[in-house]
Amino acid sequence: MKNTMGIILSGGRNDRLKELSAKRSIAAIPVGSKYRAIDFILSNMVNSGITNIGILTQYSFRSLMDHLGSGKEWDLDRRKDGLFIFPPYLSGDSSGWYRGTADAMYNNLTYLKRSNEEYVIISTGNCVFKMSFDELLDFHKQKDADITIVYRDMHDFSKQDLSLLGIIQLDSDSKITDLQEKPLNPKGSMGSTGVYIMKRTLLISLLEESAAHGYYDFVKDILIKNVENLKIYGFKFSGYWRCLSSIPLYYNCNMEMLNPDIRRELFIDNGRIFTKVKDEPPAKYNEEAEVKNSIIADGCIIEGTVINSVLFRGVTVKRGALIKDCIVMQGSVIDESAFLEYCILDKNVVVSREKALKGESNWPVIVGKDTMV
Amino acid sequence: MVKKELIALLLAGGQGSRLGVLTKTMAKPAVLYGGKYRIIDFTLSNCINSGIDTVGVLTQYLPLKLNTHIGIGKPWDLDRFNGGVTILSPYLKDETGEWYKGTANAVYQNIHYVDKISPEYVIILSGDHIYKMDYSLMLDFHKKNKADATISVIEVPYEDASRYGIMNTYEDGRIYEFEEKPKNPKSNLASMGVYIFSWPVLREYLIKDAESPDSDNDFGKNIIPGMLNEGKSMWAYRFHGYWKDVGTIQAFWESNMDLIERVPDFNLFDQNWKIYTTNPIKPAHYIGPNGSIKKSIVAEGCMIYGQVRNSVIFPGVFIDEGSIVEDSIIMSNSSVGKNCHIVKSILSERIKVGNNVKIGFGEPTVNESKPSIYNSGITVVGDEAVIPDNAVLGKNVVIDIGAAPEDFCSLEVPSGKSVYKGGICE
Repeated sequence: MKNTMGIILSGGRNDRLKELSAKRSIAAIPVGSKYRAIDFILSNMVNSGITNIGILTQYSFRSLMDHLGSGKEWDLDRRKDGLFIFPPYLSGDSSGWYRGTADAMYNNLTYLKRSNEEYVIISTGNCVFKMSFDELLDFHKQKDADITIVYRDMHDFSKQDLSLLGIIQLDSDSKITDLQEKPLNPKGSMGSTGVYIMKRTLLISLLEESAAHGYYDFVKDILIKNVENLKIYGFKFSGYWRCLSSIPLYYNCNMEMLNPDIRRELFIDNGRIFTKVKDEPPAKYNEEAEVKNSIIADGCIIEGTVINSVLFRGVTVKRGALIKDCIVMQGSVIDESAFLEYCILDKNVVVSREKALKGESNWPVIVGKDTMV
Repeated sequence: MVKKELIALLLAGGQGSRLGVLTKTMAKPAVLYGGKYRIIDFTLSNCINSGIDTVGVLTQYLPLKLNTHIGIGKPWDLDRFNGGVTILSPYLKDETGEWYKGTANAVYQNIHYVDKISPEYVIILSGDHIYKMDYSLMLDFHKKNKADATISVIEVPYEDASRYGIMNTYEDGRIYEFEEKPKNPKSNLASMGVYIFSWPVLREYLIKDAESPDSDNDFGKNIIPGMLNEGKSMWAYRFHGYWKDVGTIQAFWESNMDLIERVPDFNLFDQNWKIYTTNPIKPAHYIGPNGSIKKSIVAEGCMIYGQVRNSVIFPGVFIDEGSIVEDSIIMSNSSVGKNCHIVKSILSERIKVGNNVKIGFGEPTVNESKPSIYNSGITVVGDEAVIPDNAVLGKNVVIDIGAAPEDFCSLEVPSGKSVYKGGICE
């Protein structure tokens, strides 16, 4: 896919993720014991042969910038093309704040104009999935579409979660006839995955037109307004796909990675997922360790019991501690005889001796970064 | 350009023949160690952690693995404009050209590399040892003594001293005598093969040594004694800490096992002295509903459905339901089938063990074809071997690299026997 560039919209704020997104953009949310959400789309693009990728950021992007660095881990530290990060900026005619996704792209129109790829793939930055974009481009060309939206049958989403997505209706030729963003009463379960492909020149003219009218949102103001004027097609993706846009979705996505089939699809088959490396030693298990059905990252030291859980890098579980159905992020320490069930611990949390925390499967307890319990 | 005070020359040409099949396709410094590292990573990490950013790596024996591993030195932050890592392999000159004849000859042939950088001091290292050492402290010692050469030494038990090069020193550490493998050692200060030289002095001795036809061109045998005889200022720098030459199958296995102790003598978790290596691009490891891991270290990408005890497991290893792995080392991307029992064995990379296989059972008969290598009860399986279902392997057994099921003359391989690729039956 030499002739395609990528744009990742990582900016959105999301209060539904509570403490987890208090100090980081949702694309930088840690997931699956060593990754950040953005690793998935970034690796999908790299695995599809895309080498010119721009990332538009807005809210709390420090941790995202820190994670991406020069793009080395994704092989995007290139002389030609590579990784470009576009935080908001102040200038004579700009307020310094992106007023929406389309505005964010419009403010960096120079980048789009300077690139010379024929096609551009636009994607959100907080979804977990594995996809190669070659077939998408073939489909797009074959249908002679203006825009192609990747959709999926979201039958495995609750009604509540469905209403966080864009819901589409298609005709028999896969042409999209209706697109509703975050509808209260979703019609059907065909949801947009937030991945779009179109010609770069078309994107530029759509952005210019919408800016002239004072419109700022890509989905509401460009896609939805043009459903009847443009040839917008839907390309069906049938793999595993989760958007980390609410606490239950985030929690369940981590737990679903315990499933061997999903883990294989995401991490082993058809390309790897790249992420920033940490140079931690292999995980160490001492004599008392009891671990069942769990994912354990490098640098962990396990002396306690861990069941149905996802442990990030450098977590210490001391003797007598019991962790069940939990997500424990990097560098946290669970002291002796502590008990955790249905909890999400952010980075560097310390749970002191004999403390107990218990949430519910649909309502896990969240402990913010650097907290001492 | 910032002037370099100290640069390192890392001798990585060692064959490591006593490691048997482990070094059949790679030099000893490239052998995997400790769940994700290669032996050379410790020396390279010591360099960068000691502030040495210019390292010449001298290779000779089977260098492909080593060259690909080191690359441009990214994992060790040795990809630099000024300095960085340089692979120095033997080369052809105008009319002649030759292999590195000995350790000193290897450095002699690269005098032009050092001259171009023109450092004040050179540290000579070998890529064969497991240790963490701050070379900058040794350089301070060297400078304080205004020494021509400083040799790092470690105290060894007197009964083992006759296996090492021993330094006899005055109380203040100045060396008056060097004895290679003495029968009756006068001291227990063994040379670690780590030398700091003032470059002009070493340069002079290297040239002198190269002109002498009788020389073995070796640091321990020729350069060090030569300098001592001529009254150069030579000092022993005492190192305290973990230092292992993992030169034999047993030493290699034991040193790996040291890492699984509750508080290991050699701590990989030290945040102030990280050991760097190329990281595998794999997800974190997974333990199945019936899996169990105790007193072990396990790397990324593994899937453990069976039981693992007292073992070191490298990235991407798969251990199926009902299998037990004890006191063993399993290297990258190998898989173990169902209901196997593996005891005290070293399984190299990309090995496939079938179902119901037993490895490491029986009397500890030494290996018949290579008794000097396989004699410590440890069974060793070479890279990419495939072990058939229901096979039973004894102790001190060796399975050749790439051996296939049809190469097994019988499903039972008793202690001390070997299986070769091509199916030559003993």
